[in-house]
Amino acid sequence: MKELVVISGKGGTGKTSLLGAFAALGEEIIMCDADVDAADLHLLLKPEILESHEFRAGHQAVIDPDRCTQCGDCLARCRFDAISENFEVDPISCEGCGVCWHFCPSKAIDFPENLCGEWYYSKTRFGPMVHAQLGIAEENSGRLVTLVRQEARRRGEEQGKKLILTDGPPGIGCPVIASMGGASAVLVVSEPTVSGKHDLDRVAQLGDHFQIPVLVCVNKADLYWKASREIESLCKSRGYTFLGHLPFDPAFTQAQVEGKTIVEHQSGSAKEAVVDLWRRVHREIF
Amino acid sequence: MIVSVASGKGGTGKTTIAVNLAMALSGENIQLLDCDVEEPNAHLFLNPSMHGEHTVSMEVPRIDEEKCTHCGKCQEICQFNAIGILPNVALTFQELCHGCGGCFMVCPEEAVMSGLRTIGTVEEGRKGPVDFVHGRLRVGEAMAPPLIKKVRQYAVPEKLSIVDAPPGTSCPVIAALRGSDYVILVTEPTPFGLNDLKLAVGAVRTLRIPMGIVINRCDVGDRKVQEYASRENIPVLLEVPFDRHVAESYARGEVLVDGFPRWKEMMLQLFREIRSRMHVP
Repeated sequence: MKELVVISGKGGTGKTSLLGAFAALGEEIIMCDADVDAADLHLLLKPEILESHEFRAGHQAVIDPDRCTQCGDCLARCRFDAISENFEVDPISCEGCGVCWHFCPSKAIDFPENLCGEWYYSKTRFGPMVHAQLGIAEENSGRLVTLVRQEARRRGEEQGKKLILTDGPPGIGCPVIASMGGASAVLVVSEPTVSGKHDLDRVAQLGDHFQIPVLVCVNKADLYWKASREIESLCKSRGYTFLGHLPFDPAFTQAQVEGKTIVEHQSGSAKEAVVDLWRRVHREIF
Repeated sequence: MIVSVASGKGGTGKTTIAVNLAMALSGENIQLLDCDVEEPNAHLFLNPSMHGEHTVSMEVPRIDEEKCTHCGKCQEICQFNAIGILPNVALTFQELCHGCGGCFMVCPEEAVMSGLRTIGTVEEGRKGPVDFVHGRLRVGEAMAPPLIKKVRQYAVPEKLSIVDAPPGTSCPVIAALRGSDYVILVTEPTPFGLNDLKLAVGAVRTLRIPMGIVINRCDVGDRKVQEYASRENIPVLLEVPFDRHVAESYARGEVLVDGFPRWKEMMLQLFREIRSRMHVP
């Protein structure tokens, strides 16, 4: 089974809109929303949740004031400034390293496992989908990304699917790294702006770093052709596969407002460009 | 005073607002801190002249095999699987280390030595009266928060520090926003914009920081962001209509307050709104 991960470096370039359209066009696919921090794919695919699971990962220190002698050992050891002068743990700062719990001379610190979010197995009009919601301000997004990708792979294999379509997060840090490992290819959705180009450069380097084939398309290409062409030549010089341009078209936003993918919404030039892009993506992966 | 610009969804216009706010207010004592260290972009628009670069590293363990007895205590205390002790060899996986120091403290043989993992760089610059600092995460490095905290340390209390935060709602965003006096949430009036705005509002509420909303491209979608804001009692500070000329100017990397007088007025109005809500004279 193959896996295509759609990423962008810069946010808001159209990853999710495009992935939703690919879901509508693909066959024998399973969808995976790996942007667990701010998941949006469900707004297009309207999944019917079949299973809901707790996501537990990491631990959190909790000081029991009855047992605590306020000796200050934990305060001196904590490198994350997570313990206040009156010996309370700030759950947002606590990294879950367990140093305070391990060394507390009065055994006054508990170290329970964290409930960090939920993940779901659902069905959609285009096939099954694995998605998740990380709790607000939670850590461990990388672990949750790894988990939803593993579940999508397991279930996809069970059902004889041919392709996992994974919607990746923006950036180049922990959740992006977790979303890329072992993928057949990444598709970077760029845009013809100074920031789109800069961010494509960095996220594509990450693809190189993990030795994953990098495919590139430029969304809203006609907004600034000069930058679109520059991105095209950047790809050529770096050996990334450039797959084409998509037009700047308000139809993408209108489709989203209606909760539809672009290919369900209209039959104009934007749809044609997306269908054509999907054909090229398909050819690269299979 | 620290005013941070954030959003759940990426690409809504955080950097545009942060840069143009800084440039519009450049009569004041301003700092712009770009904390989107994974994909820093503010410098592409601000074009500062850079004058300082510092490598940022984290302390990670190295094991001295001469002293190590392979007792396994360091592996046991490490919550991040960064140390593996086999009968005859000690392995460290430095990229997994969170830098808690537990292994140094627990080793009875003093066999854990200090090593460094480079996580990125902090660069300083200046554009006219605006002081600029940003962080660049090393490509391949997973942990953004320690670098974000380093950039935040450059905030000078006597100045107005404008923080350009990363998208999302998890630990990098929290690291960027903590300790801010006000958060501007930039969104767009679409289902994705609204969904991610709600998540961002949740994150800012966890931090108990006052906030207001800027609706960018306010005429492209629906009215649900406005309805949500009024239901939740969060002020809408500014609504910016879509303008293709502005989008093209952004694409070229231009400062909008230079080319569009209306943008300068909007940014000054935005700042007045924030000040009045913070009860600052």
